[in-house]
Parts: sequence; structure tokens; C-alpha cells
Amino acid sequence: MNIEIAEYLRLDDRFPHILCPGCGIGSAMNAMVRAISESSMNKNEICVVSGIGCSSRVPGYIDCDTFHTLHGRAIPSATGIKLARPEMEVIVIAGDGDLLAIGGNHFIHAARRNLDLTVILINNFNYGMTGGQFSPTTPQGKRGTTAPYGSVERDFNVCEMAKVAGAVFVARSTTYHTPHLKGLIKQAMKKKGFAVIEVVSQCPTLYGRLNRMGDAIKMLEYYRDNSITVTQVKEPKDAEGKIVIGVLWETEAPEYSEVYKKVIDIAQKK
Amino acid sequence: MNQRSELLSGNEATALAAIKGGVRFFGGYPITPSTEIAEIMALELPKLGGVFIQMEDEIASICAIIGASAAGMKSMTATSGPGFSLMQEGIGYAIMTEVPTVIVNVQRGGPATGLPTKVAQGDVMAARWGTHGDHPAVVLSPWSVLESFTLTVKAIEISERLRMPIILLSDEIVGHMREVVSLPDSVSVYERKKPTKSPDEYLHYADDTNYDSPIASFGEGYRIHISGLTHRKDGFPTNDPKTIAWKMDRLRNKIDQNRDWLHYSEQFDLDAETIIISYGSSARTSLEAKYEYEKKSGKKIGFLRLITLWPFHYKKLTELLKNAKRVVVVEMNQGQMIREISRAVPRGIDVTGVNRVDGELITPEEVLAAL
Repeated sequence: MNIEIAEYLRLDDRFPHILCPGCGIGSAMNAMVRAISESSMNKNEICVVSGIGCSSRVPGYIDCDTFHTLHGRAIPSATGIKLARPEMEVIVIAGDGDLLAIGGNHFIHAARRNLDLTVILINNFNYGMTGGQFSPTTPQGKRGTTAPYGSVERDFNVCEMAKVAGAVFVARSTTYHTPHLKGLIKQAMKKKGFAVIEVVSQCPTLYGRLNRMGDAIKMLEYYRDNSITVTQVKEPKDAEGKIVIGVLWETEAPEYSEVYKKVIDIAQKK
Repeated sequence: MNQRSELLSGNEATALAAIKGGVRFFGGYPITPSTEIAEIMALELPKLGGVFIQMEDEIASICAIIGASAAGMKSMTATSGPGFSLMQEGIGYAIMTEVPTVIVNVQRGGPATGLPTKVAQGDVMAARWGTHGDHPAVVLSPWSVLESFTLTVKAIEISERLRMPIILLSDEIVGHMREVVSLPDSVSVYERKKPTKSPDEYLHYADDTNYDSPIASFGEGYRIHISGLTHRKDGFPTNDPKTIAWKMDRLRNKIDQNRDWLHYSEQFDLDAETIIISYGSSARTSLEAKYEYEKKSGKKIGFLRLITLWPFHYKKLTELLKNAKRVVVVEMNQGQMIREISRAVPRGIDVTGVNRVDGELITPEEVLAAL
């Protein structure tokens, strides 16, 4: 075990983890922990918040303050923590079903408020914990156990949605590109405001098997061969059928706590 | 103590009590007839450096106040019927994770959208059993503007001592009526104890006591884990039957070990044959009916007002009602508390309900007709 990341893990009794062999969530967690480690942050000043699902089990392994909240409710719970303790780095890590279906409304409004949260959305295109049902990111036609003939629904483009809802930093990477992902998480944590990173991740046990995508290695090779960095996209057709990775959107906007501080000043007539 | 008289509504008194009681985080969503509480918090909290946030719905509101409390801030929300339904899962989460907070439910007519501007007391059972699973509940019911103040302070106090969400079950009449009150300039409220043990030794759910026990908050260096999964003393999930039983007993003991001091009621003339039992705004009409009846007949009528609705103290009620020949339960629902009361009185005692669910306050005449 790499000594720098060992410090940020609850190694004494939380491992081995519950994730399936070949699952991408461990890679995403690894990237997050390395990003924290390399940012030389005090682990007593970090709170990792999640909802319910496979991805939401990550906080249990992290040796920081950790908050495993209700299904879909990581973001509003994190909102309470961040406003009560603005000095803390509050990181939300959860899955596509959690953050975009049951928690979709909170996601949009948190982006609109632009509170200083870092959201790591692990997108494995299905509900893993309950056994492989289709999610809001399952591409139309792809199978889930509740879409045995292929999903009827169109899928979300979460990065586009985050951008239009008001997020100030939106990025995407995959579990194949973990050093790249780590860099994005570092950038997102540094960014003042609502920052989102979509992590395209494999679920070989359920989504991959149901859609005959091969094992974890095959799925990672697919990400390797079908990803294109945002700078490589010269015209829209370059991105067709590709996973566009990198910083997709970045802007500056007043952060919620800073604006609220001004409200306090007005109320106190400073 | 410097006191001055003010004309206030119940909702205003609740908001002022929250502020004086140390609530510095309010997350809420507008809903009639509770909205004034949010409006006052939005105005007053920034003056004290506190946080008001209007969330996108009541689910987000309860999650935000739980998050803020877990991070060490006293927190509260206020809502009504439909919003209270949406908060139920969050209430269960606060119970399971033992996070102190206060939920004010200013009751209106239900079910569904029901009667937004009209009074009801139909949420008595929702306040007890609204969230799934076995769980403890503490529910306080004010009947006046002054009591909206005092019970809000008490709710904060109990939530901090027992580490659980407390429900202040007000109603549209109590919330909106105005009375002249003299409120204290300051109140003394229990402050959460901080752990003295080192982070390595600290257990978030140590079983030495679950009353007045020290709690670490996020950001204090204890690196705690809080999860809604059934958990061990250290907060991490478990499937071990013995540990599950320990956790469930621990939650139940919050009530079982504290039932006596959690019971508040007001009573007079309980040696009379007939006793009226009521709570909240319908207790006001009930008391009026008692006086009218006594004036007309010259006979005494007993009066028992429940202030703590939950936990329901069966033994205490049995004791209080030992001389009763007849009990009349007045409530603005189709008969909710009457069932609990029936279980507390001996068999053969007549228990009659006076009920109204058309959005209007029960009149003293209706109560008189049942006496």
C-alpha cells in the first residue's frame, strides 16, 4: 500500500471493501484519495458525503469525517455541513442513480446556488447495489434488469446539465484514465463553487454482463479506445460516439457562502 | 429579568424561541400555515451570523438541518402536512444516526393538499409513526403563544440531551392567533457536551449512557462516520444480530429511561366523574366548555391537557384518570389520541370522542353537548 494514501484510509478494520472484482469504484476512490493526499489537505478538515448505492459506500473507507446519508440526499446533507463549517472541504461522492434520479432535483439546485462543493459522480450506467436496473444514464436501448428489452428512456448528459444549471467547473474522466481523473479532482477541490466530475466507470458484474461488454479489462479497453480529450475535439463530429474527457466547462460566479456573508454584513449593518 | 409585553403569533413566538434557544441554522421550504417561521428566521438569523437557507423542497430541508447539526450547529425546520410527509424519511435518518434537531409541524387539514389555511390535528399519528421501522418519538403540542415559545425551547433542549429529532406539533390556530405575552430576554439551554476522549478512543455511540452523552461533530478532528445503516458503537454498519439488537434497544431506551421527565401535562379537578382530555388549540375550547358547564350545572368537570403527546405515558394517565367514570376526548381529527387514552383507562369506563375535521375549530357548545 502506498504510504501517502494509506494515511487517508481506514485500513485497520474497513478492508477488504465490498466492491465486486473488476468494479471501477475502487479506481475512482483511489484517484480521489491521491488527489486529497497530493493537495496536502488536513484530513481533519475534510468531510466526504454520499447517498446510497455502491459508489456511496466509498466514505466508509476514507479516514476523514464521513457521512453516509439517505438515497439521493448527499447534496442537501453536504449543504448543511458546508454552511455550518465553511472551512471544511466537503466532497460528495455518489452514483448516477443516486445523484441524478432520486437526487436529481438537489443536484440542479445545488449547481444553481453555487455552494462550494466538489461532486464526484461515478457513472456506471446502472443501479449496482440493487442488481443492475437501468438508471437515468443508461443509454437508450441498453439493458438493465428492469429494461430486459433495452431501455426505452433517453439518457441524461450530466455534464451538459450541470453546466446549464450553474456549475462553475464541469469535467469528465474514466476509470481507465486515473491519473487524469486525479488531476481533475484536485482542480475541482481547488475551485471555489459547485464543481462536478463525471467518472465513467465499469460495472462488469451487472451492466457489463447484461450488455455483453466483456470483463472489466474489456470495458477499460473500450474507455481507452473510445475516449477523446476535449482539446482533440475540433468540430462536433469529432466527439460523435466518443467519451469526451477533460475540463468541459469552467467559469467564475459568486459562491453561495460569499454572497451569504454579504447578507450577514447587511443584516448587521457593517 | 427584563420583560416587556408583546403581541405575537404562535409562529412568531416559535421563531423567537428558536433564536433565543441557540438555533443558528434553519433550512426550510415555504408552506402554509408555517411560513412565518421561515420568514422570521430569514430576517433574524443573519443578524446573529446564523444561516437561513431556503431549500428546493422539504426533503432537502430536513437533510440540510441534519447535516448542519452533525457539523455542530443547533438546527431547525418548520413545515406543515405535505411537507411533514416529505420529511419522514429524514426524520427516521436523524433518529437512527442520533442527530439532534427540531421539526415544527404547524398542522393543517389533510390528507394530501387538504386545507392549507384551515386547522386540524390530524398528524398526531404521523408524528409518532410517520417514518418506517421501530423508533422512538418525542412530540410536544403547544396550546398558546406563550407555550409555542416555551415548548420550542424545551424541544431544543430535549433534542440535544437525547440526541434525536423532536417534533413540535402546533396547529394553524395556535400558529396564527395573536396573544399578549411577556417573553424572557434569554433562556438557558443545554449545550451539547464535547468528548474528552482522544479520537482513537472515542465511540460515537458509546453505550455508557445515551442521555447527555458527549458528541463529536464533523470538523472537530474525530473523523466520525455517520450512517443510516444499522451500526455499531463506532458508527460502521453491521449485520450482527446482537449488535442490531443493541442499537434498537439503545433507541428504545431513550424513551423507556426518560419517560417520566418527558411527560408534561396540565390538569385540574381530576376528582370529578367526567374528565375532558384535549391538547393544542382544541384544549382551549375544552377549557371554555368546562367553565360553561360548571357555571350552568354547579358540578365540577375534570380537565386534562396533554402537552407531551409522545411518548404517551400510559401509567401516568392511568393514575391521573383513576377516579374517572367518563372521559371525553376532544380533538380535531377522526379520533387519534382517543385510542391511546382508551388503553390507559380501566375497561368499562366510557370514552367518548368529540371530533371535527371540517377545518373549523371545535366550539365549546359541541364539547358541552357531549358532557
